[in-house]
Amino acid sequence: MQNNTIIKVDQLRKVYGSTVAVDNISFEVKKGEIFGMVGPNGAGKTTTIECVEGLRTPESGDIQVLGLNSQQDGYALRPRIGIQLQESALSHRLKVWEALDLFASFYPRSIKWQDLIEQFGLEDSRNKPFAKLSGGQKQRLFIALALINDPELIFLDELTTGLDPQARHTMWDMVTDIRDRDKTICLTTHFMEEAERLCDRVVIMDHGKIIAIDTPGNLIRNLNAENRVIFTVDSDFKLEISNMKKLQGIRQVDEIGDRIVVYGKSEKLVVEVVNFLSSNSVKFRDLRTEQPNLEDVFLGLTGKKIKD
Amino acid sequence: MKGLLKLFVVELKLFLREPQAAFFTLVFPLMMLFIFGSIYGNEPSTFFGGFGSVDVSVPAYTALIIATSGLLSLPIVIVVYREYGILRRFRATPLHPLNILVAQVGVIFLMTALGMILLVIAGKLVYNLRFAGNPINIVIAFIISSFSFFSLGFIFASVLPTMRTSQTITMALYFPMIFLSGATIPREVFPANIQKYAEILPLTHIVNLLRGLWIGNSWNQHLKEVGILAMLFVLGIIISAKTFRWE
Repeated sequence: MQNNTIIKVDQLRKVYGSTVAVDNISFEVKKGEIFGMVGPNGAGKTTTIECVEGLRTPESGDIQVLGLNSQQDGYALRPRIGIQLQESALSHRLKVWEALDLFASFYPRSIKWQDLIEQFGLEDSRNKPFAKLSGGQKQRLFIALALINDPELIFLDELTTGLDPQARHTMWDMVTDIRDRDKTICLTTHFMEEAERLCDRVVIMDHGKIIAIDTPGNLIRNLNAENRVIFTVDSDFKLEISNMKKLQGIRQVDEIGDRIVVYGKSEKLVVEVVNFLSSNSVKFRDLRTEQPNLEDVFLGLTGKKIKD
Repeated sequence: MKGLLKLFVVELKLFLREPQAAFFTLVFPLMMLFIFGSIYGNEPSTFFGGFGSVDVSVPAYTALIIATSGLLSLPIVIVVYREYGILRRFRATPLHPLNILVAQVGVIFLMTALGMILLVIAGKLVYNLRFAGNPINIVIAFIISSFSFFSLGFIFASVLPTMRTSQTITMALYFPMIFLSGATIPREVFPANIQKYAEILPLTHIVNLLRGLWIGNSWNQHLKEVGILAMLFVLGIIISAKTFRWE
C-alpha cells in the first residue's frame, strides 16, 4: 500500500439473502481528496461505505483503511475516523451540547466541542433537545460528532438527503472547509450536482458494480457530449437563425417558438454563437449555456436517469 | 471507563426527563402508599399475621417498582434505541456497545432502588412502618429480584422489533401480573385458587420473597422463590444473548 493511499478496497462482495448488494468491487482513496460514491438508491453505496467503516461484514474481499484491516482492527480504527451515518438518531431529549460532550468521552483524544458548536452554527441550539432540531441542524450536529475526535478520515453517507437547497449549499461549504483542514473525505450521494461540486474523484455505482471511476471533469469530457446554448429572439430573425446552421461546430439548431437551442461539441460554442448573433445584428436575450454534467454521464453509461 | 461513566450520567438525566418513566418508578408507588394508607391505616391485624396494611404493602410495592422497571422501562428504552438508530450511532464510536446496556441497566437499577427508598422513608415518617427482618437480606433479595426481572425484560428487548409492539406486549403482561401477584392488592384478599394460579407469574415470587424476608422469615423458607428467580435470570440471559440484535 502506498503512503498516500488511505483506503484500499479489493474485491469487496456483500450479499443480502439472494440480492448481491455489492459485486466484487475494488477502488482506492488517496490522502486529502474528497472521494464520492454516486449512483441511484440501491446501487450499493451505503453497503460499501459501511463495510469500509467496519460496521458491516462483507462476504469476501479485503479492506484496508489507514493501514488497518477494517474488519479485524475495528476498535483500533474507530478513534482515527469520523462517521456520519445515513440513518441514525440520538435520544430525543439529549441536548446538543450533551451529545457532543458525551461522544467526546468515547475517544482517547478529542477536540473542544465548544469550538465545533461555533463552527457549525449551533450556538443558538446548544441547549435544544435532539428531537426539536431541524433537519439541517441535525445533520450539522452529526458532522460535528463525526469530527469530535479530530479524525484523519471522514465518512459522510447521503449528507444532504432531505435538506432544502439552502441547507444543502451550507453543507457543501462545510465539507470543503473540512477538506481544507488536511482531512480525507469519503462520501456517498445520489445528487449528481453534489458530487460534481464537491468531489475530486467519483465512482459511479449501479446494481452493486462500479461502472466508472475518474474525476468528474474527465468523466464528462470522455462522454463526448454536446454543449447547448439557449436564447430567445424576436420572430423577424428567422433567416439569420437558419443561416446559423451552416456554421462549423454547430450540429443542430432547434427553434421552439421564439426560443432557440443550439447544439455543438465545440467548447467555444457559446463564443461562436454570440459572435454570429452580434455580427448579424440579431437581438437576443436570456442567453444561457448548458454543459453536460455527471447526470448525463450516468445517462450515457446506463441508459437511464437517476431518480431522487 | 470515562465513556461509560459519562454515558451513565447522561442516561440518568434522560430518565428523569422522561416524565412517564420517572412518574411510574418514583411517584406512583408513593401515591399508592398514601391512598391505601389513608384508607386502611397501619394498625396490626391478624389478617396480615400481626402486621399492618402499610407494613406488607411496602415490600409489595417494591415488587411493583421492579416489575415496572424490568417489564416496561428497560425493554422500551432499548427497543427505541435500536428502532431509531441510536444504537447504530453509538456503535460507530470506539465505545464497546456492551457499555450502552450496562449504563441502561445501571440507571434503571438505581432508579428502582430510589423508588424503594422513597417508599421506606414515607412509610417510616407517615405510618410508623414496622420491619422485622434483616436489612442485608432485603438488599440481597432486592438485587436478586431486580436482576431476574431485568433479565426477563431483556428477552422482550431482544425479540420485539418496534416500540409499539413492545409497549403492547409488555403492558399486556404487566397489568395482569401486578394485580394478581399481590404487588398492588394484598394476595390475602384473593380466593385460594386464584392465589394458586398466581404462582405461575414470576412477579408473585418476588412479592412473596420480599414480604417474607420483610417480616423476618429466613432464606430457608424462601428457597423456592430464590430458585425460580435465579432460573428466570439465567434463562433471560441465555435467550437474549442468542436473540439480541444491535440493529
